[in-house]
Amino acid sequence: MKRIEAVNDFVIKFANVNGTGSASANNMFAKALFRMGLPVSPKNIFPSNIQGLPTWYEVRVSEKGYLGRRGGVDMMVCVNPQSMARDIKELESGGYFLYDSSKPLDLRMVRSDIHFIGVPLKDLCQREFSDARQQQLFRNVIYVGALAALLDIEFDVLTKLVSDQFGGKEKLVTPNVRALELGYHYAIENFQCPLGIRVERRDAVGEQVLIDGNTAASLGAIYGGATVAAWYPITPSTSVVDGFEKYCKRLRIDPGSGDKNYAIVQAEDELAAIGMVIGASWNGARAFTATSGPGISLMSEFLGLAYFAEIPTVLINIQRAGPSTGMPTRTQQSDILACAYASHGDTKQVLLFPSTPKECFDMGAQAFDLAESLQTPVIMLSDLDLGMNDTMSPPLEWDDSREYQRGKVFSERDLEEMSERFGRYLDIDGDGIPYRTYPGTHPTKGAFFTRGTSRDEYAVYTEDGDAYQQNMERLLKKWETAKSYVPAPELISCSGGSTVGVIHFGTSRDATLEAVDALAAQGVAVDTLRIRALPFSSVIDDFIDSHDTVFVVEQNRDAQMRSLLVNECEVSPRRLLSILNFNGTPITARQIRDEIAQHLQRDKGSNVRPLRKGASAKESRR
Amino acid sequence: MTYTRPAFRHPELPSNALGYTRKDYEGAISTLCAGCGHDSISAAIVQACFELSIAPHKVAKLSGIGCSSKTPTYFLGNSHGFNSVHGRMPSVATGANLANRELIYIGVSGDGDTASIGMGQFTHAVRRNLNMMYVVENNGCYGLTKGQDSATADVGSASKKGEPNPFEPIDLASVALQLGATFVARSFSGDRAQLVPLVKAAISHRGFAFIDVISPCVTFNNNPASTKGYEHVRDHLAATGTVDYVPFKEEISTDYKQGESKEVTLHDGSVVHLHKADPQLDLSSRRSALRLIKDYKAKDQILTGLLFMDEDSRDLHEILGTSKTPLRDLVEADLCPGQNVLAKLNDSWR
Repeated sequence: MKRIEAVNDFVIKFANVNGTGSASANNMFAKALFRMGLPVSPKNIFPSNIQGLPTWYEVRVSEKGYLGRRGGVDMMVCVNPQSMARDIKELESGGYFLYDSSKPLDLRMVRSDIHFIGVPLKDLCQREFSDARQQQLFRNVIYVGALAALLDIEFDVLTKLVSDQFGGKEKLVTPNVRALELGYHYAIENFQCPLGIRVERRDAVGEQVLIDGNTAASLGAIYGGATVAAWYPITPSTSVVDGFEKYCKRLRIDPGSGDKNYAIVQAEDELAAIGMVIGASWNGARAFTATSGPGISLMSEFLGLAYFAEIPTVLINIQRAGPSTGMPTRTQQSDILACAYASHGDTKQVLLFPSTPKECFDMGAQAFDLAESLQTPVIMLSDLDLGMNDTMSPPLEWDDSREYQRGKVFSERDLEEMSERFGRYLDIDGDGIPYRTYPGTHPTKGAFFTRGTSRDEYAVYTEDGDAYQQNMERLLKKWETAKSYVPAPELISCSGGSTVGVIHFGTSRDATLEAVDALAAQGVAVDTLRIRALPFSSVIDDFIDSHDTVFVVEQNRDAQMRSLLVNECEVSPRRLLSILNFNGTPITARQIRDEIAQHLQRDKGSNVRPLRKGASAKESRR
Repeated sequence: MTYTRPAFRHPELPSNALGYTRKDYEGAISTLCAGCGHDSISAAIVQACFELSIAPHKVAKLSGIGCSSKTPTYFLGNSHGFNSVHGRMPSVATGANLANRELIYIGVSGDGDTASIGMGQFTHAVRRNLNMMYVVENNGCYGLTKGQDSATADVGSASKKGEPNPFEPIDLASVALQLGATFVARSFSGDRAQLVPLVKAAISHRGFAFIDVISPCVTFNNNPASTKGYEHVRDHLAATGTVDYVPFKEEISTDYKQGESKEVTLHDGSVVHLHKADPQLDLSSRRSALRLIKDYKAKDQILTGLLFMDEDSRDLHEILGTSKTPLRDLVEADLCPGQNVLAKLNDSWR
């Protein structure tokens, strides 16, 4: 029978029941590989449920450092009878299926082209542990022990992880290590170890860290100086505020008084959450909220106010599959248009698109500088995949010499020295960005009335159409100014350049870059551009202009980024070809590679010139 | 309405302890209808702030949308104001208050803005005991959209349109009492003698101070069949008593009779005196206030005055344990943990 053979390059998937404690065991597995110097990308595929429904954890190991979903499964660890039939079907031919053999396998499910590995997890556990909860929990640890033997994971790495996890507490460490040993020995005694797929220590992760994007974003808010967080719980954004609270408790308590240098309010709904952020920002604090799709819909009216009244607002949107409640625990990039033009009337919102945890941190902090410098909402669009999955990332870094950019704010002294009348919406510098004052600054100067109604340059209510129009045009000028403030696109050109370009952003990055490598191996070289912000830089226009065939990779049904490009860059829709994935699981390199290859095949002879990809392109990605 | 106001002021206008005259607390000319109750409330706020010697710029005015929400333009012109989104003033006020605990927050809303579209946010601001004065200018109708009934209109009350309202009214003072507001009062825009000391006490109170002010809409809801017109309200008014507000350091000069008066000392040392008209009222009991509101209503009377206060309440900042320094005044050194901490965190993710 065929056997998949691979070292440090395979996909393993765990099929568990939600609420049985499998998450920590699965995390331990992924972390062990990471500590052996191997790039891993775990993806949690979980239900909107607390207990009882199927949940999966897919780990890709890739020595080459490909972190996107590859597609296909080489080994399945199935401890969930509910999903066993489909889990067996999903396995690649020649793959390995580890299951709990305490109960015999249903012969109707058996496939002759895969390798079944029965480990009596339940029986082993019941023999060793008397407590019912332990019998449940340690089943998961036992299969990790078995995998150590089957895949050649260094056992010391696992025991060190257990020790780290429980802070060396003997009472917890001992039974966990015992469970690992049970699995390990069972596998050694009953199977030929290792299997065709296995791991070997490498030095392929360097300085990198394994962290989820939401934790990184929450630290971005802390380092960026946020003092007020207002939010309403919603998957998958909840862990942003959880992270903020966790690290604030460590890093933001005044050592002398024990007072908090932050305030977190769980609001009554998303409308109130963003209202609090706007109120706090208006009053001079750095404030943010985190939400997901349904929250964006609810916050839209307030986003229009913040845009029009020019109040800094930071919003972190961890996207999930919509519309409506959609698939709340699945990933998508489908709030792009809802965010770009959030609210009624003519509005344009500044968007940021992070692709890595490090960018969640960097942009999370930068969002405050941008919002205050531009006096407008800034929405960072992450998604469930990046936000909730541990992702390998360059380490987070902070330049201690960096200073917060608080934007144009008149101080008491500025006002005191001012002879002319203060005009809140006067474009003094010609960049469309006016000056503001915080409430309570000066006894007689600088007060103004903030409103969502039309007003003149001195913030006085007016229904004069000319004054209204002039103000709306100034906001457009500010939008132009914003182009030089936001993160620039990331361009990776192959040597000699190509006539084919691929545009991508956010979590479509890893799969796209892997697909590009795969295409290069087939003799097709392409250039890529990663969008990192709206408003779009002219670099994006130039990229589209200079390529005959341009693909846009994104994870939604309606090609929203393509629409935005058509709208904002004034390109013909025909110039942009879509590669779309919207089934709720992250897009795969295989899909992107195949769709590009098929299209170019159809167009063969027209304008595609196979090129070899240069080394410089790979360099510039790091 | 008044279109102009003479710029001339008497050269010897009285000034308060900070040296400000009443003029320093005025705002722009009102654009509301002549005779609107709301303008009287604005005047009462001006009077109260002047008499309390509050630095005008140390007040932040917040409102939602509607006739009432326009009024912050018409008082305290040297204060920052924020006319936010319909029904959402409480959340904006919450955020503003979190950013700077040292300012005085005056929220002005209407019965539509609070009892309908903003009911959710109102109730939660009450629950959090946000340190602010929240005034509802209650006229039982939607003025800006031409007189539709609001959720506070009494059953059977008819506005200018003539259709009696068939729905149960929401009594905001009772709602505030039930949800834990720590200062609850009701007043009438036509009774400035009662309103000014109530506003002063509400501003001085630490925590959520709610005043439901019946404020007739002269254009759409001042007809004989309305229970929120001037005539009806005047005829059916009853008061818990007269309120005196005595600032800290001032001597109490009035002689209050034992048993009929209640004295409450606020956190800043100032004193609120209620000269009780109804001996049944126990100012420290929500149940007493709720019962009395119902009893008077059963007699077809509107009970006004101070209804309840809890002078020892803990506001949102105390509940959360936030820094005594306003959060907005914290600087990078207070807020940013720096690269060394980050390097250690990075290690924890390896």
